[in-house]
Amino acid sequence: MADAPRTSHLGPSPWHALAYVVPALAVYAAFVLYPLGRAVHLSLFDWDGLTLATFVGLGNYAEVVTDAGLRAAFGHALVLILFFALLPTAIGLVLASLLTRARLRGLPFFRTVVFLPQVVAMVVVGVAWRQLYAPDGSVNDLLELVGLGAVTRAWLGDPTFALPAVGVIGTWVQTGLVTVLLMAGISRIPDQLYEAARLDGAGPVREFFAITLPSVRAELAVALTLTVIAALKTFDLIYITTGGGPGNRTSVPSYEVYNRAFRLGEVGSAAAVGVTLTALIFVVNLAVVRIGERR
Amino acid sequence: MTSRRPRTRRAAVAALAGAVALLTACTPGSENTGAPPPAGREVQTDIAALGPVTLTVWDQEVRGGQNEQMERLNAAFQERYPNVTIKRDSRSFDDLATTLRLALSGNDAPDVVQANNGRADMGAFVAAGELVPLTPWAQAYGWDQRYPDSVRQYVSYTPDGKVFGEGEIYGLPQVGEVVGIYYNPAELQRLGIAVPTTWEEFEAALAAVKAGGATPLQLGNVEGWPALHVFGTVQDQLVPADQITDLAFGRKGASWTTPENTQAAQRVTDWAAAGYFNEGVNGLDDNQAWQAFSRGESVFFIGGSWYAPDLEATMGQNVRFMPPPPPAGKPVSATGGTGLPFSITSASDAPDAAAAYLDFITSPDAMKVLTETGNLPVVDTAAQTPPAGLSQDVFAAFAAVADNGQLLPYLDYATPTMGDTMGAALQDLLAGSQPPDAVLSTVEADYAAFVEKNG
Repeated sequence: MADAPRTSHLGPSPWHALAYVVPALAVYAAFVLYPLGRAVHLSLFDWDGLTLATFVGLGNYAEVVTDAGLRAAFGHALVLILFFALLPTAIGLVLASLLTRARLRGLPFFRTVVFLPQVVAMVVVGVAWRQLYAPDGSVNDLLELVGLGAVTRAWLGDPTFALPAVGVIGTWVQTGLVTVLLMAGISRIPDQLYEAARLDGAGPVREFFAITLPSVRAELAVALTLTVIAALKTFDLIYITTGGGPGNRTSVPSYEVYNRAFRLGEVGSAAAVGVTLTALIFVVNLAVVRIGERR
Repeated sequence: MTSRRPRTRRAAVAALAGAVALLTACTPGSENTGAPPPAGREVQTDIAALGPVTLTVWDQEVRGGQNEQMERLNAAFQERYPNVTIKRDSRSFDDLATTLRLALSGNDAPDVVQANNGRADMGAFVAAGELVPLTPWAQAYGWDQRYPDSVRQYVSYTPDGKVFGEGEIYGLPQVGEVVGIYYNPAELQRLGIAVPTTWEEFEAALAAVKAGGATPLQLGNVEGWPALHVFGTVQDQLVPADQITDLAFGRKGASWTTPENTQAAQRVTDWAAAGYFNEGVNGLDDNQAWQAFSRGESVFFIGGSWYAPDLEATMGQNVRFMPPPPPAGKPVSATGGTGLPFSITSASDAPDAAAAYLDFITSPDAMKVLTETGNLPVVDTAAQTPPAGLSQDVFAAFAAVADNGQLLPYLDYATPTMGDTMGAALQDLLAGSQPPDAVLSTVEADYAAFVEKNG
């Protein structure tokens, strides 16, 4: 830092500004930047967590691409985006429009009910749904009740349906968040807009696409950002419900990080998966925010 | 603003270069490779002369009878040596396994830890020099007489951690374990089926139970490892014992893709296809499975001796246990071994007191306490008088396998990743989504990669 900027005529030196930022920056650096750098560092080694590590360069990253198991884990995370982000957003839009426009009695009650899954700890959600999905659980009971006994199965143990089954839990949890966010957005839309649309002969569907949807663009971006992050970094739900099974069909990157670092003793590989996941989340969200900002 | 751009970029480049320099400066793990423990040090068995000592012990004896024996033995030890204070830290099997790796490499490591026998745990710790070889104390306390070879192999590694089953002793187990078959005598009687005494009779019994409209076997396999015990039990009957031992200890020269192993995998597939297991084995967890068996929802349940206290508590007289009945003319063979052994860490500042503690909790008196609290002592089993009921079956089964049969190691011991690999592969096998040869190729790949790397 030999070439520190001299005090300019534009105001006090940038160092003054820096002094205000330093405390927060120090905390951020100590608890976010340093661990991130350390993770990147670890990801360049083959390390069992105990003995001296061997430098492997980008070998662990190559493994993320070449290892079929890890590739599958990232694929599963992308499938979960459908269930954690896209479905809740679609359902949330409809629910939010209905709840705000329909002028229901007892609206706070419905809002609370929809939001409730967000309040419950994910571990509790996982345990509860594990019971629901069990071979003799309520989901199968319900299916038998309506005459669909043929499709009953151990949902979380089924090679085809385990991942969608976990995804549905995500949809159930995230819908509340999206709905409440969008309701806040919709309630800010001036009534005159709807009135004008109605005078022009627009029906509820037209109203929705012409007014509601464009007006909540910002809220949609926020909702998608939050839910996409939740989808990509899902860990607790997988840990509680399936442990990545059956046969690794529900393994996700976060679970692989935990599994490799703490159970298999492949710390370098775990770090590489973690760094890749961080980069992926960053890129996906950058895209979402860009789309949200576009006019 | 434009004039400041280059400088910002230069600063960024400098910061990046600094970061890279910082990152390549230290190799992970270099802080752990301290001096190896001094060899040939004088062994001190006079613990009272050591002065005040605090022993930090990490165990996983959290369930009823396990916790009770630990509390009793710890109290008795501190009574005998008032200068020793035991600081006990007890956590579940899974929690201990995930935290031990970090704890051992930290500065404030415990003195005594319970480390699982396999390569993922004890093997890795030995290779890293985190555990002390117990050989000097073994002579002083006579542990080589206390434990037969069949038990010692489960806690032996060469000092470089490469060979499992030979070399120095790194831990002392308290309890024995054997995987066998629990059965519901009332259900068998209702269905008119005799208790099977050979493997052929057992398979015939499974078919008869199915034909009688009941579920032959209960299995809950969300976790993946329960199926290892079922597969192991089948494999023990069909595959030569020395091959299984080589595979499970991760030694060179064996193979998973032999006709015998394929036959064993095929047998498990056939059982699944014939509907011998409950519906949705991969969607049920281990606890749900033994509970279902205890409610009489299946006639047989393949599982380890560790279920006995829980099953006896819920089923009382209506549950029995036997080692897997062998094929006609063959010795009785079962998966099993020891409970988690207790080891001394290299970081311990009181290894002599720790060794005295290990000696105390595995002494003949301790084996009596273990029996009284419903546990299965690993040695002197025949000398104990277990409480009547299921315990007697378990003691008899362990003695039959350990003394007159073949006690074969757990399959997940083989490599650091085998528990995971095999758990997932067997889930596929049971679901019918992978044929036996594909499943065995997956397992073989894990084994072969490890053996090649291990040398």
